Amino acid sequence: MLDKHYKQIVILSGKGGTGKTTVATALSEIAEDKVVIDTDVDAANMHLVFDYYTNAEYDYYGGKKAEINPNKCSQCGMCESVCRFDAIKDFKVNRTSCEGCGFCFRVCPDNAISFYESKSGVYSECELEDQSKFYYAQLLAGEGNSGKLVSEIKRKAYEQVKENVKWIIIDGPPGIGCPVNASLSGADFVVIVTEPTQSGLHDLKRLINLFNIFKIPSGVIINKYDINTDMSNGIEEFIRPEGIPLLAKIPFDKKFIKAIQNSKSIIEYDYTYIEKFKTIWNDIQKNILN
Amino acid sequence: MVISIASGKGGTGKTTVACGLASVINNCVYIDCDVEEPNGHILLKPKITLEESSYKIIPKINNDLCNFCNKCTEVCEYNALLNFKTEIYLIDELCHSCGACTYFCSQKAITEVKKENGKIRVGETSNNILFYDAYLKIGEASAAPLIKKVKHRYDGNRPVVIDSPPGTSCSMLEAVKNSDFCVLVTESTPFGFNDLKLAINVLRQINIPYGIVINKYDENFSLLDEYIHDNKLNLLLRIPFRMDIAESYSKGKLPTETVKDYKVMMVDLIEKIKKEIVEKEYA
Repeated sequence: MLDKHYKQIVILSGKGGTGKTTVATALSEIAEDKVVIDTDVDAANMHLVFDYYTNAEYDYYGGKKAEINPNKCSQCGMCESVCRFDAIKDFKVNRTSCEGCGFCFRVCPDNAISFYESKSGVYSECELEDQSKFYYAQLLAGEGNSGKLVSEIKRKAYEQVKENVKWIIIDGPPGIGCPVNASLSGADFVVIVTEPTQSGLHDLKRLINLFNIFKIPSGVIINKYDINTDMSNGIEEFIRPEGIPLLAKIPFDKKFIKAIQNSKSIIEYDYTYIEKFKTIWNDIQKNILN
Repeated sequence: MVISIASGKGGTGKTTVACGLASVINNCVYIDCDVEEPNGHILLKPKITLEESSYKIIPKINNDLCNFCNKCTEVCEYNALLNFKTEIYLIDELCHSCGACTYFCSQKAITEVKKENGKIRVGETSNNILFYDAYLKIGEASAAPLIKKVKHRYDGNRPVVIDSPPGTSCSMLEAVKNSDFCVLVTESTPFGFNDLKLAINVLRQINIPYGIVINKYDENFSLLDEYIHDNKLNLLLRIPFRMDIAESYSKGKLPTETVKDYKVMMVDLIEKIKKEIVEKEYA
C-alpha cells in the first residue's frame, strides 16, 4: 500500500471543557494544506468560531427503528417479551429507547411491525476562508451510534482529500467511549489538552491507557496551568516516565473566554498568541516526523 | 425524588453542582453516570465499601454445532457477526446484546455468556451520602448499558442525585431518563449556549422538566440571558466565575466546604428544585 500523503492529528481531553476546541481551532488556523473535522458530533462547537461556507449537507442514517401498526396487531405481546431495551409498552414502540435490533419485527406473527431506516443526524461539508475543507456533524437529540457518524464523516473527508493535503486535524469528543474510538482510527498523533485539576489528571490517565491499547503516540498541553501549579507539576511528573512529551503550558487568561464570546479563535482575537501556537504547531510536527 | 444534572457541553461544572447539591440534601444518594470519566469521587471522597464487575451479554457460537446457514449474521442489525464458513466470528464491540441471533439459530449453536464491560463501586461519605459510580472498561465502546446498570443499582426511596455524562447522545439520555427534574449546567459562552439548546431538545423529547444553572456567569455574554428570558425558561441560579471556586475544584475540594457562600447557593438551588417538583406533581 502506498504511504498516505497526510498525517492525522486528533485533539482529545478525556474530561470535557479543558480547551480542546480552543486549541484545535488555533492549530487549524495556523496549519496549511489541511482538512479540519469536528468529531464531537453530539455537541459540535468548532463551527461557532470558524468563518465558513457550507458546500453540501448530508443526512445520516444511523440505524433502523421499529413501529407497530395497530390495525394489524393482535396484541399477543410477543414483541414486548423479546425486546431487551424496554422499548415496547402497550403495543407501542418508544422511539428513543428502540435500538433498532429488529428482533420484534422478526418475531411478530401478524407482520404488524415495520422496520425502517431512521434519520439520526446531519453532517456538513464546508469550506474555510483559505479554501480548506471543514466537516462537522450534528447527531439528533438522544440518538445512539455516534461512533458510526464519526466514521461516516471521516470517510466523506477521506474521499475528497486532495493530493496537496498534509494534515487532517480532528477536534474530538470528551470521554473514552465509542465516538473517541472512532475518532482515533487512523490517527498518527494525539494532542491531549488537560487542565491542572484532580479530575483533569484522573481522566488523562484513563485516556493514556486507551492510547496504549491503540498504540498511538501522544503529547500533552496543560491548559490554565497556573490555576494550580502544584497540580500542573504533578501532571508533568506523571507523563515523563510514560514517555509522553509536554507540548506546552498555557496560562489562564480571560482572553480565551472573550475570544469564544466573540466567536473568534484565540489567535484572531489576540495576535500575541500567534507565536505561541506556532511554536506548539512546530513542536507537534517535530514529534510526528520523529 | 430523582434529580439529574446534565449539560451538553463538558466542563461546565456538572460534577461540582451535582456533588454540591448532594451534600446539602439530607440522606442523599449520589450516582455518577459519567462512566467514561467519573469524577464525583474526587470531590465527595467516599469510603468505597464494595466493588463489583458489571457485565454485558454476548453470544457464544459453538462452531461444532453450527451449519453456517447465515441466519445469525442476517438477523444481526449491527453487523457484529461474520460468517467465515468454518467459523462465525463475533466483533463484540458492535454487539448490542439484543439476543436475536441466539433466538433464531436453528441449530441451537448459540448460547449467551457474560463479558465484563466495567466496574461498579459503592461507598459512603463522611456526611452520609450513599455513593455509586462506575468505570467503563478501557477500550469498551458503549457506555449506555453500564450507565443503566449503575443507575438501577440503587432501588430505595432516598433522594437521588444523578451526575450525567456530557453530550446529548444515548449516554446522556440513559442517565437523565425517568428523573423528576433535570438541572442543566451551562456557561456564559457560545459553546455553552449552543450545547444547552441541544440538551434542552433531548429533555423536551422525553418530557422531563428542567431548569438552568449558569456557571462561571459573565454578564457581558447577554445572548444566553436573552434566550432564557425570551423563551421563558426556568433560570435557577447564576454562579459567578470566581478564582476561589476554581481553585477549590482543582484541589479536589468540594466548594460547599471551602467557599463560604457556595453552600448557601446550593441550599437555595435545592429549595427551588423541590418547589418545582412539588408544583409539577400537583399541576
